[in-house]
Amino acid sequence: MRVRARIDGSRAGAASFLLLAFGALLAVGAKSVPPRVPGQREVALHVLNRLGFGPGPGDLDRVLEIGVARYVDEQLHPGEIDDAAVERRLADLGTLRMTTADLIETFEKPIREARLLRREALRGQPMEPGEADDYRQMIPPSRRPRRIIEELSAARVLRAVYSRRQLNEVLVDFWMNHFNVSAAKGLDRVFLTSFERDVVRPRIWGKFEDLLMATAKSPAMLFYLDNAHSVAEEANRRPVVRNRMFLFGARPNAPTGINENYARELMELHTLGVDGGYAQKDVTELARALTGWSIDRPGEGADFVFRAAMHDVGTKTVLGHAFPAGGGLGEGEMLIRILAHHPSTAHHVAYELAQRLVADDPPKALVERAARTFRASDGDLRETVRTIVESPEFFDPAYFHSKVKSPFEYVVSAVRAVKGETDARALVREIAQMGEPLYLCQPPTGYGNTGTAWINSGALVERMNFALALTAGNVPGTASDVEALIQPAEARDPERSVEALARVLTGGELSCNTESTIAARIGSAAGGPGARAKAPLRLIAGLVLGSPDFQKE
Amino acid sequence: MFDRRIFLKSSGLALIAGGFLPNVFARMAEAGTAAGRSVLVAIFQRGAVDGLNVVVPYGEKIYYDARPTISVARPGTGEDAALDLDGFFGLHPSMAPLLPFYRDGSAAFVHAVGSPDSTRSHFDAQDFMESGTPGVRSTPDGFLARSLATGKPGSPLRAVALTPSLPRILSGAAGAISTTSLQSFRIRAGGATGAAAQSLEAMYAATAGALGGTTKESFDAVRILQSADPAKIAPQNGAQYPNGPFGGALKQIAQLIKANVGLEVAFSDVGGWDTHVGEGSSRGQLGNLLRNYAESIAAFATDLGSRMADVTLVTMSEFGRTVRENGNRGTDHGHANIMLLLGGGVRGGKVYGRWPGLDASHLYENRDLAVTTDFRDVFAEVLAKRQGVRKLSSIFPGYDLEEKKRLNLIA
Repeated sequence: MRVRARIDGSRAGAASFLLLAFGALLAVGAKSVPPRVPGQREVALHVLNRLGFGPGPGDLDRVLEIGVARYVDEQLHPGEIDDAAVERRLADLGTLRMTTADLIETFEKPIREARLLRREALRGQPMEPGEADDYRQMIPPSRRPRRIIEELSAARVLRAVYSRRQLNEVLVDFWMNHFNVSAAKGLDRVFLTSFERDVVRPRIWGKFEDLLMATAKSPAMLFYLDNAHSVAEEANRRPVVRNRMFLFGARPNAPTGINENYARELMELHTLGVDGGYAQKDVTELARALTGWSIDRPGEGADFVFRAAMHDVGTKTVLGHAFPAGGGLGEGEMLIRILAHHPSTAHHVAYELAQRLVADDPPKALVERAARTFRASDGDLRETVRTIVESPEFFDPAYFHSKVKSPFEYVVSAVRAVKGETDARALVREIAQMGEPLYLCQPPTGYGNTGTAWINSGALVERMNFALALTAGNVPGTASDVEALIQPAEARDPERSVEALARVLTGGELSCNTESTIAARIGSAAGGPGARAKAPLRLIAGLVLGSPDFQKE
Repeated sequence: MFDRRIFLKSSGLALIAGGFLPNVFARMAEAGTAAGRSVLVAIFQRGAVDGLNVVVPYGEKIYYDARPTISVARPGTGEDAALDLDGFFGLHPSMAPLLPFYRDGSAAFVHAVGSPDSTRSHFDAQDFMESGTPGVRSTPDGFLARSLATGKPGSPLRAVALTPSLPRILSGAAGAISTTSLQSFRIRAGGATGAAAQSLEAMYAATAGALGGTTKESFDAVRILQSADPAKIAPQNGAQYPNGPFGGALKQIAQLIKANVGLEVAFSDVGGWDTHVGEGSSRGQLGNLLRNYAESIAAFATDLGSRMADVTLVTMSEFGRTVRENGNRGTDHGHANIMLLLGGGVRGGKVYGRWPGLDASHLYENRDLAVTTDFRDVFAEVLAKRQGVRKLSSIFPGYDLEEKKRLNLIA
């Protein structure tokens, strides 16, 4: 029997699809132990965990009501989901809607002006002992550049918590890491807002080539991986006025020559993968083909520009494709198209998506199938994701609850579970504290897709403390009403309150050990013989969210 | 060298542990007595400190020509003058607290040291230095993490960063902890803290795999910190740490060392060195930063006293600064820099490294001090001789670690 990964006409065929998927699973997995057939509730929970940031109160019931297949299909078409409520929550984050030019005008100019004033003040005067030069102190906090990243991070968390387009937010996180840009690198702090809003978000459901090309021409990436100032060796440049070539940091002795950084990461991380079949020579020649891809007036927020004067006009051969001398912008564009459609890229992208959505060590057959979809659909990202999330492997209970949440996923899922009301600012700091400062991943690899990467001693203590603080109401700007999550009768009875909170916070999948531990140590202690003490609901909720069960999805 | 077993026996920790000595204490004791192991304290000066104004090549006329307003005067020319080190190099006067350690042979400098990569981006250069792989961006872990991985598992507190989040240099180390306050590294739940901690520990104890195992490490670390209570250990020998986060971090590292909790690698960083504008010479911006920096390190060494025999402190900074001062009485991003080594086994009282000179023909890209010693050779020697690391090739992959390139700065 062969499973067709795609349901024709999608919504109508939803029910039969699931049967088909499980049937295939039985056929495929018939080794010794017959696979367990999970209950509908378990399947719904898995879908909410992997295609989103875990269930909020009521989400499970809704998925069960419309059916898993229909929910999955809805999530694959986020444009059709009304999300006005989350947009209203973002209204106060003004920088989200500013152009790069406006951001520079508002947040970079004050620094430049302060710096100039400082220079004036210094001219002709000896430094006094103890005279600090911190010109940044002259700028009010609301106009310091860090506000841009604070708002961007708050928006990411708010969307993850409140958006109904949950899979969209999961994939934004995925692609922002795939095409990682760190705000710690100079002007990238002003380029990132537009990078996410105008480059990545509009293209994650389209063709990979379009997404790749847009990132390649984005000021954020051009700056982050240094292509903006990669210059052909002198012998390979067009004879033009050389004076106007360096627009970056226009210092005397500004760096000259080829910068291979972007070309290397373009192949290693963005497309082919490290074992994707390229050599150092391909990196160098690709870098030469991309010389001149730069940023027009970066200090004013202008966009991509091709600087013919910086471009290498020599002959090049990349991955066996030869380019004659005298080429220009076109050869870089052609190479990006070649990379986007390379079989290694299909495999690399399919592998990473399956790793994110299914398992740290994704099943080979699934990766193969998703890679085939990628190739057959001209790199269509919706179809590739669909192949994965409608596959029998995705619904294999062996993978349920098997991935450790990233700090971002953990914090967001906890706030969703308690139906928290938050401005997200403190949550951003918590996520950073657990090791995943948003928009600040230093290496171009971005944060990884495997759960195990996040397990370390310090971070786990942070997670437990966050859970306890969240439910105790000690996370600034974040409120939750734990008591309101369960029935008054349940809240009154310590034993029942543990069970009820476990069910409502986790979707009911708490292990026996976790539940009995909490009941034994907290629940029954509070409700000992003769005691009519109220169960410490907030503490119990904190322990549920801090439990090993809730670390996983 | 001081015998660490004596410390373990006599420390309050062993007494508190008393009858229920869990395995972790045995592992700590083991780690503490492993041959060749000492504590490596790595300090990152983020922002690129101007090494030419810290260890001043006062013997070079070009230095004074290139820095008309920010040079440090030759030794013996007044109270603001450099402090002579060896007849050619002099120490910035704000570094005076470290001079006694140089003179008694426990502190050394390396000059013209750095990363061979040409980047002048703070971001990239820090990344390359911490990953230990200049030019290779996709290295997933830090070189101190890889170094720890070559040894035995050790104590849950074997690697501690006194930083808000785990630094790149330690990322990948399974048990590394980062915290800015040892006292706050514990479960916090107000009045319910005890019950909450017990419940969480019981839940995770029954959890299989890395999650359960690592959490056990966390709780062991918390417990060790609670019983050892390093925060209560007062500075000794009259050491006075200056105010500020850097002094606070070093004070806590000293407490961890004295508490005998099995620390092998400690890390901290200190920023503010990016002196593009108004750097100052003997006094001013850089001088103020250096004073706090030197006082902090001197307090650390004084505090630990004879215990410094077990400790090697090494500082690094992503790159140096331009030889020439710029139009704003500051310096821009350059290339080679200095490192400071202090502690047991350091063959101190010397400025190591081949001095490339400051004349134009010897500058890197016509403007910067050239790198004549790769920072990896310095760390390779420290890790091999002080930390007992054998497989250095896995720590600095792709780098040819020839012993002859070593400076022999560790006895």
